[in-house]
Amino acid sequence: MPTTYTNPRYSAVVPPAVRSGEVERQRVVVAGAGLVGLTLALDLAYHGIPSVVLDEDDTVSFGSRAICFAKRTLEIYGRLGLGQRMLAKGITWKTGRVFHGNTEAYAFDLLPEEGHEYPAFINLQQYYAEEWLVEACAATGLVEIRWKNRITAVENRPDAVHLWVETPEGDYTLHAEWLLACDGARSFIREALGLPFEGKVFRDRFLIADVLIDKDVDFPTERWFWFDPPFHPGQSVLLHKQPDGVWRIDFQLGWDADPEEEKRPEKVIPRVAAMLGPDVPFALEWVSVYTFRCRRLARFTHGRIIFAGDSAHQVSPFGARGGNGGVQDADNLAWKLAAVLKGEAPAALLDSYDAERIPATDENILHSTRATDFITPKTPAARAYRDAVLDLARRFPFARPWVNSGRLSRPAVLADSPLNTPDDFPGGAVPGTPAPDAPVLRAGQPDWLLRHLGGRSFTLLVFGPPRPIALPVGVVALFVTDTDTPGALWDHAGLARRRFGVPAGAAVLLRPDQHVAARFATPDPEAIGAAHARALGRAAPVLQRAA
Amino acid sequence: MPLDTTPRIADPDALFALLVEAHAGLDEAASRRLDARLVLLLMNHIGDEAVLREAIRLARETGDSPPASPAPAAVPQA
Repeated sequence: MPTTYTNPRYSAVVPPAVRSGEVERQRVVVAGAGLVGLTLALDLAYHGIPSVVLDEDDTVSFGSRAICFAKRTLEIYGRLGLGQRMLAKGITWKTGRVFHGNTEAYAFDLLPEEGHEYPAFINLQQYYAEEWLVEACAATGLVEIRWKNRITAVENRPDAVHLWVETPEGDYTLHAEWLLACDGARSFIREALGLPFEGKVFRDRFLIADVLIDKDVDFPTERWFWFDPPFHPGQSVLLHKQPDGVWRIDFQLGWDADPEEEKRPEKVIPRVAAMLGPDVPFALEWVSVYTFRCRRLARFTHGRIIFAGDSAHQVSPFGARGGNGGVQDADNLAWKLAAVLKGEAPAALLDSYDAERIPATDENILHSTRATDFITPKTPAARAYRDAVLDLARRFPFARPWVNSGRLSRPAVLADSPLNTPDDFPGGAVPGTPAPDAPVLRAGQPDWLLRHLGGRSFTLLVFGPPRPIALPVGVVALFVTDTDTPGALWDHAGLARRRFGVPAGAAVLLRPDQHVAARFATPDPEAIGAAHARALGRAAPVLQRAA
Repeated sequence: MPLDTTPRIADPDALFALLVEAHAGLDEAASRRLDARLVLLLMNHIGDEAVLREAIRLARETGDSPPASPAPAAVPQA
């Protein structure tokens, strides 16, 4: 059905173990070459860690699926070298309109703050992101993606994960030191381990229709959300623009809808026609029906198996928290696993993946659940309050914050992480916060602060002139100054230091995933060493007692 | 500031009548929406989350509403 995109077909990979019959051993195996698995493999490769990615299929995502890439996700892809490509192809939007019945209830602007490399959101079909990730993984020379390799059995042993894998030319056995389960909402690995995936199913169904609209029809690049529109009475509808002239339309269907019946073009086309009006020619690109679910595993780390993305947690889509949450999982896990594999950190560092990503997941689930309850009121009282909010919002600004058509994904602040070193600075980028971006000048050229933070090592961001500072191995100093200074980035707009919330002369320790680990009034080597050790999950250093 | 439950309205009969009259001619559903709009307007005016939580709790536990968090069911006697 799609006409704007043709899925690439990758060749099946048959590893030598199929013929030799020998057990193959790998340090890191990723199950699932989807958005999260590929991001994780690419990030590990940037840390110098090779991996094997197994996927039962031979192509990227069918259909546009996760289309809203949030600012933090773009920053992560910026770190991995794909951010600008996504920004160039994606549709940048910042205005949303909410309609109730026949009329517009209100419009909102995401009010993007100036001075960031990436916007609040872009819309981009998931298959583009995955195709570019496949290319980027190949370019590292460290990621081997094995298409048409299906895991048929898994055993989680103390020393290694044993996998039985089926290929078109036979089976083989693979022992992995670590298995990263990124095999999606219907994760085989999760089911093979018998792990409960608990939460809430909402008694509602939604139809997704990707529609190719004639180029002469000019709709604005905005997010439009309708409560109870005349063309789809009693339900809600969401409209989003994607690249290639494709529009995403979500129709709420109600619980009684028959998913198979609703996917038939004979059913979908009249719904779209009623919405677009009689004069707008369109063609269907892709259609899917889904049920809202909010659920997660009790823990994401199970011995040598670590779950990330939809295999670990599932949220309802309004708010764009599925794909964006999964990419943040990968961002969080990659540097930690790399540090453990390189012997720079104890295996206990991986416990912090659960400690950080489970609260982040619960935040996503909470926001998704509240949005879903607003969109699909469960009781007559809930509906009355929902409608009252929408009626009032038209006239009174006070009611608008109550309108919940999805609270759009914000990056998790890992405020309670055991890796953080608490500080006394009021506000700003408190420990656990992803580093704020800021415009800087490097040797007179415009640049962005985030491009210089984290990545392969920790960064000590020093707000002061370049000078030698004794730093632990694995920490690189970066100097940012208020005046043009050789060897430093120039915070010419004053935004960098203001956003971090520290005085001149202060320093900030950033993890490889660009989250703030600690802030210091002055770059004191002992305090930096202690904070670095803590951020690597090492036991608190033993302080020597005065003799 | 805690929720004030002392009498504060100078002419209670007039305001009660005003409230009832506001619903004149409305069916059950429209009446419910009117009350909902009124509650939201007043909630925003009050603004204090602690006061609002207290008001919701008192409204819930007064009169015929069952408790918000049902107590464990009594063990049936054999």
